[in-house]
Amino acid sequence: MHVPDGFLDATTSAGTAVLAAGTVAVALRGARAELDERTAPLAGLTAAFVFAVQMMNFPVGAGTSGHLMGGALAAALVGPWTAVLSVTCVLVVQALLFADGGLTALGTNVVLIGAVTVAVGYLCTRLATALAPRSRAALLAGSGIGAFLSVPVAALAFVGLFAVGGAVDVPLGAMAATMTGVHLLIGLGEAAITVAVLGAVLAVRPDLVHAARRLRGTATLADRPATAVGGAR
Amino acid sequence: MTRARRTGGFLLAGLLLALLVAGVGSYYASSHPDGLEWSAEQEGFGDTARDSAVAGSPLADYAVTGVDDARLSGGLAGVVGVAATLVLAGGVTLLVRRRGRDRADAPAGRTG
Repeated sequence: MHVPDGFLDATTSAGTAVLAAGTVAVALRGARAELDERTAPLAGLTAAFVFAVQMMNFPVGAGTSGHLMGGALAAALVGPWTAVLSVTCVLVVQALLFADGGLTALGTNVVLIGAVTVAVGYLCTRLATALAPRSRAALLAGSGIGAFLSVPVAALAFVGLFAVGGAVDVPLGAMAATMTGVHLLIGLGEAAITVAVLGAVLAVRPDLVHAARRLRGTATLADRPATAVGGAR
Repeated sequence: MTRARRTGGFLLAGLLLALLVAGVGSYYASSHPDGLEWSAEQEGFGDTARDSAVAGSPLADYAVTGVDDARLSGGLAGVVGVAATLVLAGGVTLLVRRRGRDRADAPAGRTG
């Protein structure tokens, strides 16, 4: 999904760069509320983990592959603003060191992979936890659905950008259909990885998962049945 | 301290898993074009892609220049990438985080 240089014209790339910079600036402020001494190290690890899993392209048939984008997973693990920062760090390392995703396209990739997937993933997870605040299954389902949807939504966002400033004129309807089709398949992989990783972390350390803050009372009870919930600290 | 030590163990396990995936697992990843590249070919704008300005970097395309063995080359690139991402993202989040008590002018306006 990493957009290379050349797909979008200079004006559009400059526009997405400004949008990306603004998003990161807002995220730097928002992340402060999500990060404390205890959760900050998890944010670094989340970024490193997303980088690693993004290397694991999985086949989706017809000579095509996809890989995790990680926005929905990161949003559930460390919170949406920290997720934007974490995925942006991944994209910066990929673009600068590995020539994965263009340099002039870095802003585009931050918007698509760093912001759009985080937003879709977070909104779905938040909706699920609002409907069923005490349910770990609902949290996993919301994150899975968010992860699944985040991929085709990001793909369609790219089509939107291409409509504004694509390098060549191509039929946008056909392009949208092709992009949506293949990215729905990749979204299945995104959902599977997101649910597997989030489920594993919830099983071991639910207290570190941002989206499970409201489940924490239950987790604390289960951990230490003799002590009061949420003791002074 | 027990809790802090448990968290340290969890973080270490996560980091080892990331290194294993990037350093060893990535060799087995599919090398087919990804969804965007494939769509670009299908829809006729694939040839508008241009090489990145850093396409000649010693780590470009997840291979280390001068290391001929594909497994070693890709694995090394993956390990370097995990380390670089950890340092960058870890540094950013350590700078942004709330320390002990919030300063009064903290943007989030919450106190610890």
